[in-house]
Amino acid sequence: MARSAAQAQDAYLERSQRNDKIATGVLTLIVGLVMLIVVSMVLFILSQGIETLFKPGFLTEASRANGTQGGVAYQLFDSFYLLILTLAISLPISLGGAVFLVEYAPDGPITSIASTAIETLSSLPSIVVGMFGFLVFSVNFGWKYSILSGAVALTMFNIPILVRVIQQALEDVPASQRDACLAMGLTRWETTVHVLIPVAMPAIVTGVVLSAGRVFGEAAALLFTSGMSSPVRLNFFTLNFASPTCAWNVFRPAESLAVHIYKIYGEGSPEAQTIVWGTAALLMTCVLLFNVAARIVGKALARRMTAE
Amino acid sequence: MSVETSAVETDSTSADFMASVSSSEKQNRVSGFAISDEVVLETKDVNVYYGNHHALHDTSLAFHKDEITALIGPSGCGKSTFLRSLNLMNREIRGCRVDGEIEYRGHNINTPSENLYELRKSIGMVFQQPNPFHMSIYDNITFAPRRHGVRGKDVLDQMVEESLRGAALWDEVKDKLDKSAFALSGGQQQRLCIARTLAVHPDVILFDEPCSALDPISTLAIEDLMRNVVKDRAIVIVTHNMEQASRVSNRTAFFYMGDMVEYGETEQIFQRPNDARLNDYLTGMFS
Repeated sequence: MARSAAQAQDAYLERSQRNDKIATGVLTLIVGLVMLIVVSMVLFILSQGIETLFKPGFLTEASRANGTQGGVAYQLFDSFYLLILTLAISLPISLGGAVFLVEYAPDGPITSIASTAIETLSSLPSIVVGMFGFLVFSVNFGWKYSILSGAVALTMFNIPILVRVIQQALEDVPASQRDACLAMGLTRWETTVHVLIPVAMPAIVTGVVLSAGRVFGEAAALLFTSGMSSPVRLNFFTLNFASPTCAWNVFRPAESLAVHIYKIYGEGSPEAQTIVWGTAALLMTCVLLFNVAARIVGKALARRMTAE
Repeated sequence: MSVETSAVETDSTSADFMASVSSSEKQNRVSGFAISDEVVLETKDVNVYYGNHHALHDTSLAFHKDEITALIGPSGCGKSTFLRSLNLMNREIRGCRVDGEIEYRGHNINTPSENLYELRKSIGMVFQQPNPFHMSIYDNITFAPRRHGVRGKDVLDQMVEESLRGAALWDEVKDKLDKSAFALSGGQQQRLCIARTLAVHPDVILFDEPCSALDPISTLAIEDLMRNVVKDRAIVIVTHNMEQASRVSNRTAFFYMGDMVEYGETEQIFQRPNDARLNDYLTGMFS
């Protein structure tokens, strides 16, 4: 009797260990597959585009013949300009929203409605956001196809991402830090500004830079808002911000790298195709650099926070 | 003076005792006598609720100047909940409600109009985990006072030195005040947290299991420190460690299942407990 129980236990242990081995194998396989997909995609795009990417003038010349010839200098600039404007608008709003939700909002209907609204906003298809942006900003506000319309449209789906990232970063600050401040007679605002946000900063920076990668590669929301063409010539050295050729004019149309790919992909000419792949390689490199930068900056900030 | 009243109350009426007390100006821990009857903080029928959960029932206790009061009891007995009511930290917890009167120097602070920020300067708190700010040692101490409007490098320098000396940390850190507080050991961090609390000159300091994350040597250092800083203020300490309660406190309150079961001088509580549950707890029947 006792012996059979012992045997049963042995069999059970053996089975558990075998299952563990199988699970380890399957999980390793899955991760390997994911890595294979990423690596092969990156290598394929680079192999197709790297030649164009390093072609003299590709990064420094304006495009010609409706994008089928020349470089992508303006598209590159427009992408960064859109990104910076988007962050300039969405970061303060998201920070405020996240601080409210984490530190101030009482449990209740308003808070849960706000959270639901933010989640809904993050799952809206970007093309729908683009259409909305077109109707409201380009048509109703009369901003036409402009960098500002584009940046505001991008803001709409960047806000939920940022709010979530900042919310998470603030929630990850140990409660003991909050307690320490409040127990010293500091207000919630002082606590948030001087203690919580600095501690959360590495995670916030990482999240912001990662979200920047998504904004940078966005096409659908920009098709109807910032338009599908940059001015033929941009002047970076004019202070006449109302001029349609002034690079810094937020009311001029603009074309991001992603939109550029979309626009000229349909062009049949072989030269247009090389530009498409070169642009794709450039876009991908930029996004990869964002990710690397996010890690490096986040880690450096975290190190500064904890040691010194 | 308050010294006289308490000495009269005790069964020792000898003049030597009074003289020794007043000369040392410290409470006589060995006999557990209180030398002060000045109540700094007092609760009257305090009840605490978390939502529908009634976590603490009708607790009335008084905390005296120059005295350390220990709150003991098994986990979940309500002692920390009670402690966190004393500086209204429970107000920061969603769904928590505190009923009853909490009188600080004769004035009920458990009112909606009470200025929490002013109050918490007077009633400081030290937590279970050392929780220094992610700042330099110097800034850890000056941060809150500067937010409260203290200015001037000389003033702040002096405050840092006084607070760190008060927390018996000055000699260890005086050459590295600009270093991060996280470079310190756990025990040093906890003493820094006490120094930070001392810098705002509180009347009452609440300790919420201040040594449970520390090694025995750091624990003894903190206990010494408590006895040194209790002068002119009241200290309340929640502890799981009964030896600690008996070593450090003048009076002890035993909590069990949300009730304050027994309260008395520490010696009596540990030597001659009245309540059967307290006796069981002390003899290790449960913990």
